Formats: sequence, C-alpha cells, structure tokens
Amino acid sequence: MRAVITVLGKDMVGILAKVSAKCAEADVNVIEVTQSILQDLFAMIMMVDISKSKVPFDELVDSLKKIGDDMGLKVHVMHEDIFNSMHRI
Amino acid sequence: MVNSRDILETINMIDNEHLDVRTITMGISLLDCIDANIQTACTKVYDKICRYAKDLVKTGEDISKEYGIPIINKRIAVSPIAMLAGACNGKSPIYFAHALDKAAKEVGVNFIGGYSALVHKGFSAGDYALISSIPQALAETDFVCSSVNIGSTKAGINMDAVAKMGKVIRKAAELTADKDCIGAAKLVVFCNAPEDNPFMAGAFHGPGEPDCVINVGVSGPGVVRAAVAQAGDCDITEIANIVKKTAFKITRTGQLVAQEASRRLCVPFGIIDLSLAPTPAVGDSVAYILEEMGLENCGAHGTTAALALLNDAVKKGGVMASSHVGGLSGAFIPVSEDAGMIHAARAGALTLNKLEAMTAVCSVGLDMIVIPGDTSSDIISGIIADEAAIGMVNSKTTAVRLIPAIGKKAGEELDFGGLLGKGPIMEVNRNSPSTFINRGGRIPAPLQSLKN
Repeated sequence: MRAVITVLGKDMVGILAKVSAKCAEADVNVIEVTQSILQDLFAMIMMVDISKSKVPFDELVDSLKKIGDDMGLKVHVMHEDIFNSMHRI
Repeated sequence: MVNSRDILETINMIDNEHLDVRTITMGISLLDCIDANIQTACTKVYDKICRYAKDLVKTGEDISKEYGIPIINKRIAVSPIAMLAGACNGKSPIYFAHALDKAAKEVGVNFIGGYSALVHKGFSAGDYALISSIPQALAETDFVCSSVNIGSTKAGINMDAVAKMGKVIRKAAELTADKDCIGAAKLVVFCNAPEDNPFMAGAFHGPGEPDCVINVGVSGPGVVRAAVAQAGDCDITEIANIVKKTAFKITRTGQLVAQEASRRLCVPFGIIDLSLAPTPAVGDSVAYILEEMGLENCGAHGTTAALALLNDAVKKGGVMASSHVGGLSGAFIPVSEDAGMIHAARAGALTLNKLEAMTAVCSVGLDMIVIPGDTSSDIISGIIADEAAIGMVNSKTTAVRLIPAIGKKAGEELDFGGLLGKGPIMEVNRNSPSTFINRGGRIPAPLQSLKN
C-alpha cells in the first residue's frame, strides 16, 4: 500500500530530514518526493510505500502529524487511493 | 505518481472548504424480530442492532484516518417500526423507541432512524399506534428519528394522515418545549419517501432492501462554492460544467469510503446519496453557492432557477462517479442548518413561500423551518398537503420538517446546537385551511401523461 505525505507551511531548515527520518525509523520506503517553495510557503509531497511498515498506519499518521505540530506545519498522511479515485476516471 | 496539483487541491478541499463524507448509514432489517410479545420483540431488536453495528463507528473512524477524509456521522436506519408494532396487539410501540435508543447508545452512533410508518394509502393498526406515540417517543429518547410517508405519486395523498401529522408535529414540539422543541426536528413527513436514504431524520430501511446494507451520503457545498467563486466571470453553461466536475470529485470520495466500509464490515454496498448537505458552519452552505452564482441574497427572484441548475448539475456529475446512486440525491435546503439560509431568512429575503417554490426543483422539501409557536395543527397540515402535492405531481421526494417554536413568535430564534443549527422563526399564512384538511379521505393519484 502506498500513502501520500504532504507537508504545508512556512519554509524552515530540516523539514524533509525530520519527515524522512521518521519514515526510515518505521521502515517506510520513500518512493518519490517533490517540493516547491513559493514566497516562503513550503509544500512537500512525498509518496511512500508503507507495506513493510513496522508501526500501524494510525500511529505513523500521529507521529508525522506531531512533527508538523512541533514545527508549525500542516501534515497530512493519506492513502494514495483517495487521490486516484478523485482525480482519475 | 498523482499530479501534485491534484493532491494539493484535495488537501485544500478538506482543510479549507469543508469536504467531508457526511454519513455512513447502516441499514438493518428488523422484520425477523417481529414477535407478538413486545418485550421479546424489543430484545430481538436491540440484540440484532448491536450485533450488526458493533464495528460501524470504529470502522468509520479507521477509514477516516487512513484516507484522511473526515467522516462526520455514523448512523443506523432500521425497518419501519410500525411493521413490528402491528404484531404487538394493543401495546404502545414506545418500547421499541427505547430499545432503538439504547442500541444506538451502545454502538455509539449519533442517530438511529426508522421509528416510521408508511401510510400513503391508509393506516394499519400498527401504523396508527406508532404515529400516535411519535411525540412521546421523540421526547423520551435522545437519538431516535421518526418519519411518516403520507403520499406517493402512485397512491395519491392520504389526507387523514396529513391531518394527523399536523397534530403530531405540534405535540412533538410541545413535549420538548423546554429543549428548544427538538422533538419536531427529529420528525419528517414524506411524500415519495426513498427506502435507502442515509440522511436523518428521514432515514429508514425499506422493506425492499436486503438484510443489511451500507449507504453513504456525501457532502461538500463549500467545495462547490469555492469552485464557482474561482470561475469568476463566466456564463451559466460554464457554471453548470464546474458544478458537475466538482460533484464528480466529491462523489468519488464517497464511493471510495462506501466500498471500503462495505468490504471491512462484510455488508453489501447499497447506494451513494449525491446530496449537497450544508452545515451551520460558515462556508458550508448551499445558499452561498446560489449567491456566488450572482444573487444578492438567497430568496431573491432567480433563486429557483439557480437551484434547479445546481441540483441537476450535482446529479449529472455524481451519477458518473458512483456505481449506484439513490437516496434523496440533490441539494438540501434546511434553513436552520445552512448559514446562508439563516442569514437570508433573518434579512427577510427568504420566505416560506419562496422556499416552497424552491422545493419543486430540488430535494428535499421544507426542511428545518421554525414557525411561530401558536401555529395551529391545521395550518401545519395545510403546509404538509401543499408540499406533498408538489412531490406527488412531480414524481419526486418532498418532505416537511417544521418546528413550531412553542411560546415564541416570528422574529425570535430557536437554537438546537450542533448540526441541527439555529433558525429564525418564519411567519406562516394565517388563513385557515381547517375545513379542507378535516374532510379526510385521499387525494387521488395524479395522471402520469398529458403533462403540462
């Protein structure tokens, strides 16, 4: 199963590092990352494979959201299918 | 990988435009719980609901977390209780209401619908007993919702039931006068009631449905409004296209949630209800979509046309996004649950007459309208008869959910809190329809040809 992690907010040092470290810790493999910065607004989208994850999905969601809360960023972790079903016919 | 713009669009819909799945409703047949002993029947009802729905709330929460999409309500609809009550000769069906309420609390859902009777052609003993007990049932329970179908295109309108329901609505409000008359807010009078509607207060599990089924109601007025706002200065054809595309995306979310809930609960998927269901939250309003199209206030001349366009486009977009569509499917216009409607009613732009005209082109009907506390039951019956006639002649569902604000007058307000919202009391036409209403009998079913 693949999930999409999105991080939105003010750009600062270490966002990508912290999120990917948490993924590595849980054995969640990062497949693809795109990020953009528009006038200080940081948007990172990360596709990850969670099929070998050591922690249950809801715990992973909570721990990544906590990183977001600590840094003042908005973090979403969502199953890939929500985007596929919404935007592809 | 999915396009990053699409991902950010979805996130924005959830974070800023109130995109959500409004309800996962489990329909449960209780026809196998019929028993001549009412206590035995109630035990069977309680046990079956608890057995079937024990994982409903947890499953909804799990799906919500995994897919990142809010699922606001988890609810249950059951077979019309009048069908069970008919077997319990001479006993008040109120025991069933308590059994339903207890089961709802046990499994953690926030409403249970089906304290209902289908009397479009006439009453059976069970129907009559149930309808008479509705005010008490709604006053003594917290989560039970009630509905009565008093007319249909094929059967006509049962005017005896219309007269009775005017009294029942008043009584339901009177018995809960100390709680903002909330009893009446949990009672819907239908014409052409759908058997698979997941939305409360009118949900019940029709006799043609399977033993158990999952129906899902989507939402998203805020998303549609934002899309129309973004379109800026464009013509009406383009507006219709934008609404269709947006409705497609919203419905796909509901379809995914419905399939996943059905798979995890091992219960067949029934339908998606394609309704734009507003909430009192600012930005989650159907009225504001109409205003975004270019009306100064909801209720202005042009409102019915704008609503017709919206309702049709939502269906066109949604139908393609789902494998089965049913329920009420359309735009809801519940006054007290829609920030824009509340505002328009307070400003005097939206009247009961205009709302009645609007119901001719959209689901569902005169919904969550607070009327003066001294409105007679005959006037309430007159409103029900008019609304049912619109549904009967146009082969569509119409409903009436009126709340007589006991002890209050036009201009004052009732505040129910939560999703039921708050609403200004709207004046009604005081001319008496009493003689007409109290004639009784049935309005014959209308012709289905020679349409003009």
